[in-house]
Amino acid sequence: MNKSKGKACMCEVAANRSVLLKRLDAVLDEYVSKPGGLIPVLQIAQGIFGYLPEDVLKQICLRMNKSYSEVAGVVSFYSFFSTTKRGRYLVRVCMGTACYVRGGKQVLDAIKQHLKIDVGETTPDGKFTLETARCFGACGLAPVMMVNDVVHQRVKAARVQDILDQYRQGEKGKRAARKGWK
Amino acid sequence: MLTITIDSRQVHADEGNTILDVARREGIRIPTLCYLEGVQAIGACRLCVVEVEGAKTLMASCVTPVVDGMIIRTNTRRVRDARRTVMELLLSEHVGDCKTCSRSEDCELRKIAAELGIDTIEYQGATTNSVIDMSTPGILRDNGKCIKCRRCVAVCTQVQAVGAIFPQFRGFKTTIGPAFGKELADVPCVQCGQCAAVCPTGAIVEISHIDKVWNALEDKSKTVVVQTAPAVRASLGECFDLPPGTLVTGKMVTALRRLGFATVFDTNFSADLTIIEEGMELLSRLRKCVEGGEKVALPQFTSCSPGWVKYVEYFYPEFIPNVSTCKSPQQMFGAMAKTYWAEKIGKRAEDMFVVSIMPCHAKKFEAERPEMNDSGVQDVDAVLTTRELGKMIKEAGIDFVSLPDEEMDRILGVSSGAADIFANSGGVMEAALRTAWEVITGRELPFEKLHVVTLAGLKGIKEAEVEIKGTVPEWSFLEGVVLKVAVVSGLGNARSVLENIKSGAKTYHFVEVMTCPGGCVGGGGQPRITTDEVRQKRLDAIYREDEGKQLRKSHDNPKIKQLYGEFLGAPLGQKSHHLLHTTYVQREKV
Ligand code: SF4
Ligand code: SF4
Ligand code: SF4
Ligand code: FES
Repeated sequence: MNKSKGKACMCEVAANRSVLLKRLDAVLDEYVSKPGGLIPVLQIAQGIFGYLPEDVLKQICLRMNKSYSEVAGVVSFYSFFSTTKRGRYLVRVCMGTACYVRGGKQVLDAIKQHLKIDVGETTPDGKFTLETARCFGACGLAPVMMVNDVVHQRVKAARVQDILDQYRQGEKGKRAARKGWK
Repeated sequence: MLTITIDSRQVHADEGNTILDVARREGIRIPTLCYLEGVQAIGACRLCVVEVEGAKTLMASCVTPVVDGMIIRTNTRRVRDARRTVMELLLSEHVGDCKTCSRSEDCELRKIAAELGIDTIEYQGATTNSVIDMSTPGILRDNGKCIKCRRCVAVCTQVQAVGAIFPQFRGFKTTIGPAFGKELADVPCVQCGQCAAVCPTGAIVEISHIDKVWNALEDKSKTVVVQTAPAVRASLGECFDLPPGTLVTGKMVTALRRLGFATVFDTNFSADLTIIEEGMELLSRLRKCVEGGEKVALPQFTSCSPGWVKYVEYFYPEFIPNVSTCKSPQQMFGAMAKTYWAEKIGKRAEDMFVVSIMPCHAKKFEAERPEMNDSGVQDVDAVLTTRELGKMIKEAGIDFVSLPDEEMDRILGVSSGAADIFANSGGVMEAALRTAWEVITGRELPFEKLHVVTLAGLKGIKEAEVEIKGTVPEWSFLEGVVLKVAVVSGLGNARSVLENIKSGAKTYHFVEVMTCPGGCVGGGGQPRITTDEVRQKRLDAIYREDEGKQLRKSHDNPKIKQLYGEFLGAPLGQKSHHLLHTTYVQREKV
């Protein structure tokens, strides 16, 4: 098994994934017969895999006896579901009314410029994914952005680079990662 | 009993009626778009609004139940303005050009816009992104023309239990279609076309074969043969404003000749042939099971309806062995036309061009199945829906209504009444029983006018039991057996029946399944829009056609006997096996 490092690595990835799929199965066992179980299942699945890959969605369809188009309809309706692999840090900028009028749009533009990606995309190094959100319920602190589950308040476009740099290496990154985001 | 006032008229209404129900009954027209009788009432489009005294806002009549003493106004300035606003917003987003749209003749959106007196569109907003999806053989989708009424979703999910199309994304980006905006070919879709049958606009239509057919008709090197499905003769008239249920068999034949078809044949002929093959298949399964004690796949399911066949392939592959191996009448016809008939007229299969006129989208898919090449080339080259034939007749400048009646050509145009009723849910079963009963007992099916009344009509699931008595010696092992049959239409109903069979709650020997509610008379390719009332009229017309025939039973068709004598040999024989039977494939469920 451990003849070549590369091979062992692949085994690990595959093994990891099969562990994750088992976890998904256990979740499905619990939710299959629950009415309204689809959204919780999708949320948990996204928690397990970090995003919702096609094969995971199809597995959910099969077990919950729903069509792929129906499940896709739900997934594509809610902005918190993602079907693409996310970066290590999910950067979400609030586009709710309060944030928007207080400069949320400029913050978003600054991030886009800085990371050289658009909303919904991930940086090539796999570090950042950029998304917008409706409201984090922190309108008094607008404009707000979140990196994984850390809230940054009263963000100014000029400060964006500093914030992101903290995650590139520093402590904050580790802390956010510890909090459970893959 | 409730009493309400609608447009100053006092009328009675029943508990649970909506305002729309009452208005329709009273002959008051309220425009609707998202409402679909018996399938969907979601109050989404707000086109059907009315004024209700005491209510602050206008009410959507399709979802508002009446209450005693309610005072309703359906025709006030406020109502008219509101409806017009709804329509103007829809039109401002709409991407389509009525002049060239294939739906312009019977488009509900266009018609209602005209009724509401809309001549200019004041809103200038962003328009829908028009993406054309021609990824499947039978269905063309054009998002630009979609008004997001969701009628197609309701039909595909609730009536057909397929769920190929759903609203995707949100807000202005919402599209109605397959997962994540993919193409229809990327998801399981049985090609039934029921979505196209209920769509109020040109957003879902058939993939047109009209050009292909015109080209073939002009191609001197081709002998173009046409076959017409049983259900078309009871509906084609509607394309020319004849009332539903007008039988136009003779005019249809004349029109086809004038369009230039060299030979006009009948799918009815191969429907008779199907009964012989499929009936014998059933009897041989029964023999193996009852006499031989073998384990055989029972019940046997009919295989005439390609949407149903595809449904089994996707969702219930464990039942594939139960589906009759018989090709559908369309495909039996194609195989016979390009072998038996071609030989008779001294042509090769590749010189023949076979066109079928079908009430169906799924037949376009079926004709393109790789299994359907037993003559050496594709057995059926082009499939026109009833609506497409209507269009071609108009294009050719033929005044359909005043045409004289002509008769189908000989041999492959001769058929019995048993073939006609293939158009109706319950018809294949009745036709099979007419023949099988006589084979087993030597006597005629003992019912008035040969009709199995309990299996006829629009009910989605129908069942019957007949005790077999007075068998001839060869079939004496069936003496006393209670034959259990079921007739199903609409795939949602088929799913219930399959689940019942799976769980053991029900057992049958033979089950007829039609993809579309009511059978082919309600097919996805029929003139729009098919309501239950229209279905019933077409059903009745088909039974009239059957009763008017000299021949009522498939095995009495002399041309079928001739075909076996000259070419096929015996039913279920080697040649039949090669040309008239087929195989199925399992498909990915998700
Ligand atoms: S869908 Fe109807 S309104 Fe739209 S272009 Fe076609 S005919 Fe005109
Ligand atoms: S053709 Fe039938 S299965 Fe396919 S999308 Fe339309 S209604 Fe659904
Ligand atoms: S495709 Fe047709 S039926 Fe479906 S939502 Fe659009 S307009 Fe309505
Ligand atoms: S028809 Fe009543 S709201 Fe659409």
